[in-house]
Amino acid sequence: MENMYAAFQIDRRDNVATALSALKPGSVPLRGDAATAETMAVEDIPAGHKLALRAIAPGEDIVKYGVRIGIATKAVPEGGWVHLHVMKSAYDERSGHLDVNTGAPKDIVYE
Amino acid sequence: MSEVIGVQDLKDISWQGYLRKDGRKGIRNHVLVVYTVKCAEHVARMIVQESGHRDVQLVGFDGCTDNQYAVDLLISLIRHPNVGAVLAVGLGCEYVQPEWLSDIARGEDKPTDWLFIQREGGTNKSVARGVRWVQEALEKLEATLRVSMTLADLTVGAECGGSDYTSGLAGNVVMGRFFDALVDVGGTAVFEEIVEAVGLRDMLVSRAANEWAAGQLAYTYDKALSYCKSVRQYSVSPGNFAGGLSTIEEKSMGALAKSGSRPIQGVIKVSVRPPHGGLWLMDSTPDPHFMQFGITNPNDSEGLMDLISCGAQIVFLVTGRGSVVGSAVSPCVKITGNHETYMNMSGDMDFDASPVLTGACGMDALTERLTRLVIDVASGTESRAEALGHAEYFIPYKYQDKTIASERNCEKEA
Repeated sequence: MENMYAAFQIDRRDNVATALSALKPGSVPLRGDAATAETMAVEDIPAGHKLALRAIAPGEDIVKYGVRIGIATKAVPEGGWVHLHVMKSAYDERSGHLDVNTGAPKDIVYE
Repeated sequence: MSEVIGVQDLKDISWQGYLRKDGRKGIRNHVLVVYTVKCAEHVARMIVQESGHRDVQLVGFDGCTDNQYAVDLLISLIRHPNVGAVLAVGLGCEYVQPEWLSDIARGEDKPTDWLFIQREGGTNKSVARGVRWVQEALEKLEATLRVSMTLADLTVGAECGGSDYTSGLAGNVVMGRFFDALVDVGGTAVFEEIVEAVGLRDMLVSRAANEWAAGQLAYTYDKALSYCKSVRQYSVSPGNFAGGLSTIEEKSMGALAKSGSRPIQGVIKVSVRPPHGGLWLMDSTPDPHFMQFGITNPNDSEGLMDLISCGAQIVFLVTGRGSVVGSAVSPCVKITGNHETYMNMSGDMDFDASPVLTGACGMDALTERLTRLVIDVASGTESRAEALGHAEYFIPYKYQDKTIASERNCEKEA
């Protein structure tokens, strides 16, 4: 198995799991309320971030804890990194203007 | 695997508390030095420092112009079961009245005095008188009636600060499990941060104990959401995003986990005591007013004060990224589900919830460990923040209605 550290699925209905440590592309042990013992990452996933447990289409709900935590803005492959660059909040209008790596807002001009 | 404590055993665990006139029981016996304007803060602080005793603590309100919300909060701390005696220190020209605060303490049969710095003749004379009075009060407090206390006598508050991905996976989850256990033995649990329930209206309302509570929860949620919309700011920050949380909804689910799974009895405002045991939501969001002053939770110390104002004898701060704050009046206990944070800030953290993520410890065993910690702190063991001398407080100007507005609408219809 490529990754020593696992990802954690909170609810059986979830389409994302949380990386308990930084993950490399390859197979990943899956803990929590999961249907399978293993999933996979197709790119680097930072610690604490989410990976897709299956392919997700644009407009589809991102589900964690068994509830919608946001909406996909782009297609995400199974094992892909799910964060600000591919999803947004259904409430927070600033949510689409955040830097994917730092979370810093990009809708305020500094000049 | 350790034996899990059953409900009956939990009910039987007792320790010695301090009995107050109103029947409530405290787990600490503090002398509270209260200043009534920023101008009096230094003198009050010197009285606390020169008294040189752990049980002497400082709180106060900075503004000269008074504010009902802030005065109510000061009074709630004076009446708090963890407070045994009160010294009110004013400059002499402010709106907030130290004499009237002292009257409140006298009404509770708590040793009390007050002074105006202008009348005493300045800093040195005021400090000397204050320190003398505090020494006498500490001696009087040795005679406070001790009584047996159980978890049913406890009100515990919880809020989050510096959340990350572990908060919703471990820290808040074990907090919620403890709240379930506390409520099941007749105790009172209060959770905060309605602005961190955005996206979860149905889930929140579905947990209401009755229709009255459902109305309160729905009203409070709608008010918080409209507040967030109007200021274009949700309770989620760059640090949360960098830590893996993508949206306010995701953070909300983690935050709501700390409320556990029991029915919500209703919503209480700041400085209001829950009318009976069980699980309650505290609303700290400002209510609409002709002056839009006050923000929901300007910092974690304010949130902890809010929880203490409703009578919580112990408060929890659940963190992911780490925090060092404590609180005046009631011990602050800090939990993290992030093992790196726990190791990095081990002098400040009381509890490591991460073993549940690595599979090293089951949730039942971890909940029991946390319950034992609560009983230890209630019995007198200092929390890490207490031992380090952290006793922060923050009392801002704010406007809040006395009751939940939905109640008034119901009354109108009736």
